[in-house]
Amino acid sequence: MSPTVAGLLQVGILVVALATAYRPLGDYMARVYSATRHSKVELAIYRLGRINPDSEQKWSTYAYGVLGFSFVGVVLLYVLQRIQGWLPFDFDRGDVPSGMAFNTAVSFVTNTNWQSYVPETVMGHSVQMAGLTVQNFVSAAVGMAVAMALVRGFVRHRTDRLGNFWVDLVRGTVRILLPIAFVFAIVLIALGVTMSLKSGVDVDGQVVANAPVAAQEAIKELGTNGGGVLNANSAHPFENPNSWTNLIEIFLILVIPVALTRTFGQLVGNRKQGHVLLGVMGLIWSAMLTVIWVAEATGLRPLEGKELRFGVPASALFANSTTSTSTGAVNSMHDSFTGLGGGGAMLNMLFGEMTPGGVGTGLYSILVMAIIAMFLAGLMVGRTPEYLGKKLGRKEVTAAAVSILAMPTVLLIGAGIAAILPSTQGALNNPGEHGLSEILYAYASASNNNGSAFAGITVTNDWFQASLGVCMAFGRFIPIIAVLALAGSLAAQRKVPVTAGTLPTTGPLFATLLGGSIVLVAALTFVPALALGPIAEALL
Amino acid sequence: MTSTLQRTPEEIRDRHAENLGRQVGAGIFNPRQLLTSFPDALRKFDPRYQLRNPVMFVVWAGSLLVTVFAVSDPSVFTVAVAVWLWFTVLFANLAEAVAEGRGKAQADSLRRTKKDAVARRLTEDGSEERVPGTDLRIGDLVVVEAGEVVPGDGDVVEGIATVDESAITGESAPVIRESGGDRSAVTGGTTVLSDRIVVQITTKPGETFVDRMIALVEGAERQKTPNEIALTILLSTLTIIFLLAVMALQPFAIYSGGEQSVVVLTALLVCLIPTTIGALLSAIGIAGMDRLVQRNVLATSGKAVEAAGDIDTLLLDKTGTITWGNRRATEFIAANGSDERRLVEAVRLSSLADGTPEGRSIIELCAEKYGLPAEPTEHEKTGEFAPFTAQTRMSGIDLGGRSIRKGAAGGFQTSDEVRAIVDRISEDGGTPLVVAENDEVLGVIRLSDVVKPGMKERFAELRAMGIRTVMVTGDNPLTAKAIASEAGVDDFLAEAKPEDKMALIRKEQEGGRLVAMTGDGTNDAPALAQADVGVAMNTGTSAAKEAGNMVDLDSDPTKLIEIVEIGKQLLITRGALTTFSVANDLAKYFAILPAMFAAIYPALDQLNIMHLATPQSAILSAVIFNALVIVALIPLALKGVRYRPSSASALLRRNLLIYGLGGVVTPFAGIWLIDLLVRLIPGIG
Repeated sequence: MSPTVAGLLQVGILVVALATAYRPLGDYMARVYSATRHSKVELAIYRLGRINPDSEQKWSTYAYGVLGFSFVGVVLLYVLQRIQGWLPFDFDRGDVPSGMAFNTAVSFVTNTNWQSYVPETVMGHSVQMAGLTVQNFVSAAVGMAVAMALVRGFVRHRTDRLGNFWVDLVRGTVRILLPIAFVFAIVLIALGVTMSLKSGVDVDGQVVANAPVAAQEAIKELGTNGGGVLNANSAHPFENPNSWTNLIEIFLILVIPVALTRTFGQLVGNRKQGHVLLGVMGLIWSAMLTVIWVAEATGLRPLEGKELRFGVPASALFANSTTSTSTGAVNSMHDSFTGLGGGGAMLNMLFGEMTPGGVGTGLYSILVMAIIAMFLAGLMVGRTPEYLGKKLGRKEVTAAAVSILAMPTVLLIGAGIAAILPSTQGALNNPGEHGLSEILYAYASASNNNGSAFAGITVTNDWFQASLGVCMAFGRFIPIIAVLALAGSLAAQRKVPVTAGTLPTTGPLFATLLGGSIVLVAALTFVPALALGPIAEALL
Repeated sequence: MTSTLQRTPEEIRDRHAENLGRQVGAGIFNPRQLLTSFPDALRKFDPRYQLRNPVMFVVWAGSLLVTVFAVSDPSVFTVAVAVWLWFTVLFANLAEAVAEGRGKAQADSLRRTKKDAVARRLTEDGSEERVPGTDLRIGDLVVVEAGEVVPGDGDVVEGIATVDESAITGESAPVIRESGGDRSAVTGGTTVLSDRIVVQITTKPGETFVDRMIALVEGAERQKTPNEIALTILLSTLTIIFLLAVMALQPFAIYSGGEQSVVVLTALLVCLIPTTIGALLSAIGIAGMDRLVQRNVLATSGKAVEAAGDIDTLLLDKTGTITWGNRRATEFIAANGSDERRLVEAVRLSSLADGTPEGRSIIELCAEKYGLPAEPTEHEKTGEFAPFTAQTRMSGIDLGGRSIRKGAAGGFQTSDEVRAIVDRISEDGGTPLVVAENDEVLGVIRLSDVVKPGMKERFAELRAMGIRTVMVTGDNPLTAKAIASEAGVDDFLAEAKPEDKMALIRKEQEGGRLVAMTGDGTNDAPALAQADVGVAMNTGTSAAKEAGNMVDLDSDPTKLIEIVEIGKQLLITRGALTTFSVANDLAKYFAILPAMFAAIYPALDQLNIMHLATPQSAILSAVIFNALVIVALIPLALKGVRYRPSSASALLRRNLLIYGLGGVVTPFAGIWLIDLLVRLIPGIG
């Protein structure tokens, strides 16, 4: 079988698997977030946290919940790393340095999972399991909770209640992420992913670092986290031993963001509304896959930086899926990609992570973009713009604008300063346009909470640790606050009835409009910067 | 129902004028206005003024910055960029000044009507005193006689008079104003032509109708409408994004070894931010109001105009709006085996001396459909007219031994066949008139409430736009239903009392719908106030005019449909020009980025697909295009983009194609052409 045919076959299997999971998982998640009953485990958690699960929150209370929970998460994770020396299974790796601990804490709480550390020499199993893995679950659940709050904003009328953050958080973790991650961890172990509490394993007289990989591997992909237990991430044979695990990991990356469009359609009472979002996501995802695949297959050194086990197609498929979902796990080194291929991976992030985007974040990001697109479209049909029966006025446009502005703002300011700092030259592997690509990629990855690295850049100096940490925090929480404010003002509205004058948002016209907006906003914002990096590289 | 399709010459004229109005009334742009508005445009360079428009303020600040550089280190290029950046600001100012200037001309002509009238105020003891019109207070009673100007807005409380309202409505035919009823309102500045009336003043001086009109057309009180505010936020967001993108570009350029000059970066910034729509935004809003004024509609706020575009439900009074208002003959039905020709001749004779509108309509139908003479012959003039009496319940003529009568069925000996016809007509919502010659029943005349021509098509258009029409009538449900289905309205409210109308509006609004209605009576005032768009007829009472948020000076209830279209056109123009503006950026990137960076990475010159001569000519051409496109689009901003009622999808598809795709292509051609000229300038080419 030629690599291309094998690649196409893998894409085919992936699509079939996603299509199979789409309905049951999407419907299940819709039920999870609209159920009125609580399980015993959940009730125990609520009692522990003194939470009344049946009281609903205003958007601001919901937002305080998200921010407070995340802040506490950062503090706990920071402290855990700083006292690692006292914890078991640290293998004398000692306390994590403060800059690195801050960066890592923010990184995992924001679902970025950017890693400025080398796990094998820095993180012991205690921090991995009690700190990082916990955030892998709950940071993903936070993203889904925010998405559900926004959906409720569309569905509900004349209310200031958006649901209960704690309930959404607990249910997302307990009913969705934990069971699926558990099952797939077992599957991955069966397929050869390692699971060990030892620090290493002796292979032909050489000690190779080992860890409880499988438990973290499943949620690493399922929660679109991406932080590897081992430095080589999914390129490491312990994390991703063969083509089947590779395909399963890609499936896990995509399955929740994809199925959430079904959940959305189900909750708004029109499944076509979900289909059209999925269509746009799928179209851009496929187009970018083609770009990366072709660029890599026809590059000068196609296999540079790629695992021979996977080859070009499976590497392109993984790279495209991980960068389009805010996952950031890698099974090949994006730094070694061609100008166009690496630029494509970067562009995936610059779209704002919505094709299909991270768990929850992808859905709310594309809905924000739909609001912007529908605002312009609404004007063009001569009515006060509306989307899903809600008018898009001053408040809604402001919230959407703030949400969209956050990422480019922190990205461009951070990368701009980094580009002229004298210390940066020493941190780069490559000079010239590829060096600039490395800087841009790092800030794109942090600001979009992706976490994948171009890897050609050493990001351990204080400037990078701090600035990337700030980018991750702002890139995550400013959109979340804006999205919740948006949900609040949408829920307060009454529903606008659908008439012949209403612009339908289920057909190809809307899909074109939405897809066009996603591409256009990214292009207009980043083309000047990209011209000096990947574009210059690609045209050489 | 044949005659609904036939139009009298007047109707055809009306329709023609209406169609004409749609094109001409949209506002013709005269290039001379650019010149006359020039002084106003210069005044708008004041930074405090520019601050109101974030996009143009950035251009203004950029122009200043580049000017500083151009002065300190002059070159042909920097000076040229500075000049054209200032032109960009100037053109934006000009667009707004031109739009305002059109209103000013209107305001001036209104002001001329506001002569300082002397009022003859009635004092407590009944005597008159002469006071200036500006001293009048609400509740004062003033006397106005033939030849005098009404000193202020008010209601006639005594007497009846003909009034010339041409100063305000432009309509030269005098109108009758009388105390009591719905025709009692008089407007300050109009002239009484005959008789004497006593007017009770209802408005304070300075707040009269004419005052409000002047303020409106001048745009003095213009506030940004909700959609305009939302759009401004979006445009500001785009501006911030581009500001960031351009500011971050400098460190990237320095890193790459090709630091850029502030002049070039500013030029790039101005080209990218949405200056086209930013420059034309307020002109579009002013022109929208102006289009209404040209159609003789006064809106109290821009918000109301915008709301008109959002209307979901239109309440229309049947009488006068949907139908002509009086019943007309539409059919003659022969009965009892009599000859149709004989019936028609008898019908004609019976109505020759009948001066009522119904009678005239019978003669018209005889003339149109059967070619019978409309005027009585000498012989026929000798006939003796039998007028309608309450006892006989019929009217007719006695002529040479023939006694022809027409009237309600009850006055005749009718056969089963005739009774069946009569019942059928009643069920259809018509009025049957039985015709008999010498007590022999010949047949029945059908009188119908005739729907105005073209209404069905207009309602279909409205339906396509997503607007539901509801006919409101005092008729019984049966009649109402028949007319509703004939006119093609979506729903009707029969036996409607004012409170029913109010309840209907509330119900629609509860469901999230926006409601528009017209009204003239005091009874209508609460409903007018409740409706999202309430259009009061100028002939109506002061109460109605106060309650509504628009006044139609022509008192034409069908104008509501045009108002909706103007509201939509206003939004579409904004959306279309925003799309155009953003789409333009693609070509500008292709022009400017290679110009900036080909020196660092020669490969980037491949992006110079327009083959612009030099980096300087490329940047300058983009700046010039960016400025000129504003001027080129002023006429469109003032006139509004073409609007055809159609479904939302069709509208969007069309506008995306024209303004989206057009916005991508146009600047490629424009910048390329400008470069051909610019490259000839020494020091640039």
